[in-house]
Amino acid sequence: MSFDNAYESLIDHEDAHWAFGTGFTEALAGVDRDVPDVDRADLAAYCLMLGDDALVLSHRLAEWCSRAPELEEDVALANIALDLLGQARLLLTRAGEVEGEGRDEDALAFLRDERDFRNVHLAEIECGPFAGGDFATTVARLLVFSSWKIAQYSRLRGSADPVLAAVAAKGLKELAYHRDHAAQWVVRLGDGTDESHERMRAGIERVWPFLDELYAPHPVETRLAGVAVDPAELRSEVDGVLDAVLSAAGLTRPADVPAARVNGRAGRDGVHTESFGYLLAEMQHLHRSLPGAKW
Amino acid sequence: MSSSWPLWEVFVRGKRGLNHVHVGSLHAPDAEMAVRNARDVYTRRNEGVSIWVVPAASITASSPDEKDPFFEPSGDKVYRHPTFYEIPEDVPHL
Repeated sequence: MSFDNAYESLIDHEDAHWAFGTGFTEALAGVDRDVPDVDRADLAAYCLMLGDDALVLSHRLAEWCSRAPELEEDVALANIALDLLGQARLLLTRAGEVEGEGRDEDALAFLRDERDFRNVHLAEIECGPFAGGDFATTVARLLVFSSWKIAQYSRLRGSADPVLAAVAAKGLKELAYHRDHAAQWVVRLGDGTDESHERMRAGIERVWPFLDELYAPHPVETRLAGVAVDPAELRSEVDGVLDAVLSAAGLTRPADVPAARVNGRAGRDGVHTESFGYLLAEMQHLHRSLPGAKW
Repeated sequence: MSSSWPLWEVFVRGKRGLNHVHVGSLHAPDAEMAVRNARDVYTRRNEGVSIWVVPAASITASSPDEKDPFFEPSGDKVYRHPTFYEIPEDVPHL
């Protein structure tokens, strides 16, 4: 069997409304949605932490749409943003379901205020295309974020919450690609020209202070032993990955100078950086202006 | 930047296709990134399970100027088509 055109081979005549490939699967089909025997408010809060990490970084990456250095990279960053948005939808839906107050993914994404978001600062800081960085900074952040998430999700696969375990298992394949994409660029830019090396070095420097927060256990995570992953466990695995990539890129590991906290609190406590309010304004204004708007 | 990135031709094999088929081209700094860019640009709608990339500069193509001497002579060689055999009804897959 051969075809003149790759797409022709994929057209399933019973599914004629799809332009190309078919055989899509529902992300969590068949997954048990029972809530494990833990404090529901804690579990809902934990789902929000994970969901907000994915949602907020997805939005930051989407800011590159039409602004990436190459058309191919524009598509790549948008694909990664959409992978993260898919993870965020599953996690926010779970948060609303566990909370039991009738909030769906849209209510949680678009109708919460800044202090109710639980994402880490690494996901929200500006790393380009606007202030705060450039493409190198963006891939530096993506490398750190995806390496950390891979360590977290690979443990979360064993969570006592069947939904979190399933989201983690699905997300790992996506994150593996994100990390690969970022690492490819960190190595090329770090080991490229003087200009690209300097920008890559500056990008790594920009995101490094936000690593510390990734490993700081929040009381919710501590109370949810068996369901949540202890972030303190992740540091050595992530360090190993980052050191390997930095070394291949000819870059040195910056000194650990953690970003300042406000009275010991940071993103997981709803304390955010200055630019976060602007991010939310852009992300939420359509839904708030036209409640229930649909494409 | 585009001007310094070489052009690559992309071939994708679909789930139910046996051969890689040309789907388009893209720019990439090197072969490894070309495969990744091809994944992002040409397989994001489930189109494929395997990708080849080839530097466009490595492809030697026939010239449109040679179209007549190259292809027209086969136009009247109907005897080259295997249409003169009687196919028995009970032979499947032919």
